[in-house]
Amino acid sequence: MEASEQEFLDYVQSGGLIETDDWMPDEYRRRLIKFIEMHGNSELMGVLPERDWILRAPTLQRKLALTAKIQDEVGHCQLIYRVVEDLGKPRSACLDDLIDGKSKFHNVFHYPTKSWGDVGVIAWLVDAAAIISQKALLKCSYAPYARVMKKVCWEESFHILHGRDTVLAMVTGTAEQFELVQEALNRWWGPLMHFHGTPIPAEEDPMVTWRIKSQGNEEARQQFLDGYVPQILELGLEIPDPRLRKNEAGVWEYTEPDWDELTAVVTGHGPASQERLEFRRLSRAEVDWVSQVVLAEAA
Amino acid sequence: MNAQARPRTELLLELADDELILGWRNSEWTGIAPFLEEDVAFSSIAQNEIGHARALYDLAAAELGTDADALAFDRAPEEYCCAPLVQLRLVPDWARTIARHVLYETADSIRIEALKGHENPELAGIAAKIEREELYHRLHAEMWLERLRDEERYAAAIEELWPYALGVLEPALRPALAERLGRPAADAVERSAPGGEFGELWSEMTMVRRSAPVGARW
Amino acid sequence: MIFEVFRQERKGQPFIHGGSFHAPDQAFAAAYAREFYARRQESVALWVVPREAIHPIEEFPDEFDLKYRRVDGYSIKARLKEARERAGTAAD
Repeated sequence: MEASEQEFLDYVQSGGLIETDDWMPDEYRRRLIKFIEMHGNSELMGVLPERDWILRAPTLQRKLALTAKIQDEVGHCQLIYRVVEDLGKPRSACLDDLIDGKSKFHNVFHYPTKSWGDVGVIAWLVDAAAIISQKALLKCSYAPYARVMKKVCWEESFHILHGRDTVLAMVTGTAEQFELVQEALNRWWGPLMHFHGTPIPAEEDPMVTWRIKSQGNEEARQQFLDGYVPQILELGLEIPDPRLRKNEAGVWEYTEPDWDELTAVVTGHGPASQERLEFRRLSRAEVDWVSQVVLAEAA
Repeated sequence: MNAQARPRTELLLELADDELILGWRNSEWTGIAPFLEEDVAFSSIAQNEIGHARALYDLAAAELGTDADALAFDRAPEEYCCAPLVQLRLVPDWARTIARHVLYETADSIRIEALKGHENPELAGIAAKIEREELYHRLHAEMWLERLRDEERYAAAIEELWPYALGVLEPALRPALAERLGRPAADAVERSAPGGEFGELWSEMTMVRRSAPVGARW
Repeated sequence: MIFEVFRQERKGQPFIHGGSFHAPDQAFAAAYAREFYARRQESVALWVVPREAIHPIEEFPDEFDLKYRRVDGYSIKARLKEARERAGTAAD
């Protein structure tokens, strides 16, 4: 490693922060853009499983809360893509690469939604998993992204509440409503266990080395299980993993997820991946004329 | 018959249904608006409309001995009183969407203005609140109008939707709309028991609700 | 165009940079600023500024170390001790 790169590494590892126009090693810049872009992509694709349910929401309050949640996510995508743009990659290039399958988005957004049960489970548990990662990103060495994460975390806090409230209404409702939640949880548990990524030790994770991430994947997953397994079980719901238990050392044991499946999903082979990307491609084409007339740089 | 003379619940349901269904249609743009900034802005407009509907349903529900959600979701499709303009499915056509937005906000501001003087203080109060929020809807509509006014597809959309816009208002208020928009009078597409496209909307809007017995909590 | 937004959280507080977005002009920028930085009533005031109006400055020469203008330019401990000893007021 060059002397300047070593200096940079020492600087970020001792808590130093980087601004947009500061010098960065090529590897840092490359990893940073890829990571932040994937986050932006995820916020944008995350809208698709949920947006249909706005139209089907069974009360006015749920309709409003769900619309507001999705609005936040679109807003987060905007904030995050702006960070990528200031690092040199225009929004239109991010959208091109997303639609062409050249860039990735998080696994959970490659799966279909089937019922109002999914709406509750996603808003509660998927958002909870995401918030754990996002809170860790508050310490990202790249300051513009860390600052955006502050606003993101603040806005996300109501999503989990809305999700949990939605689930609570159903688990205290009819037997069929309870079953909607259980059935949704059965389908979403696998993707949730994949969400934080492979259990690569933090010391071996280059993203942690560069202090882009400050938390290892397994640490995040353990934090999720610690916080949410008790909350799920106390509602009388079952978690579809017979091996899931907290051992004497306080560590959660579980059936090892299929990591090949995760790779396949995030490279576009999830059950809803292609359909969603196609939907994005089509919707963008339909409104492209508007950007040309009004705001070419945001197309 | 003007607003002051009509049975209040009928008037309330008409206004509430207009706002609910327009809010529902505007929500169809969530996540797919022309660009991200506009997506966020347009979503607030849709939420405001649902909020207006809720306030109006609350008022009607108090008189009818029911609740807002029951009025919003538990009626049969032919019982809704919304104007044909708001029922139209316009996504993914942004020109027609903005044309409707401009037309509806102008029409609504005329009838809301009249309602601010309604003898019922609660309705007058809600009208005043709606007016304060819709000021921003009008600003938004105007900023888009400025950008799209020279586009052929926008002009065509205004032509197409003009008779529908007239149908939002009672006959007595229609000349004011024509004057405000500088357009000639025309035959309005009048309100009638909704059918056709509305059936599909209603089906989707109520599918989760109908999956549990009436009175279930969500 | 890119616009930058500065927001005031409460009256009396400084305006702090909130973020940036794309907008075709000032009218759109005003609408979007409201949405992004005040839709939850989280700001009491906003300043919306085209990015090109902001001129960053990041270098501040101090070649001759003119620290007499700062608090760290003074160290009074030694002299204070001497003065106290002379006045007989030094602590035991």
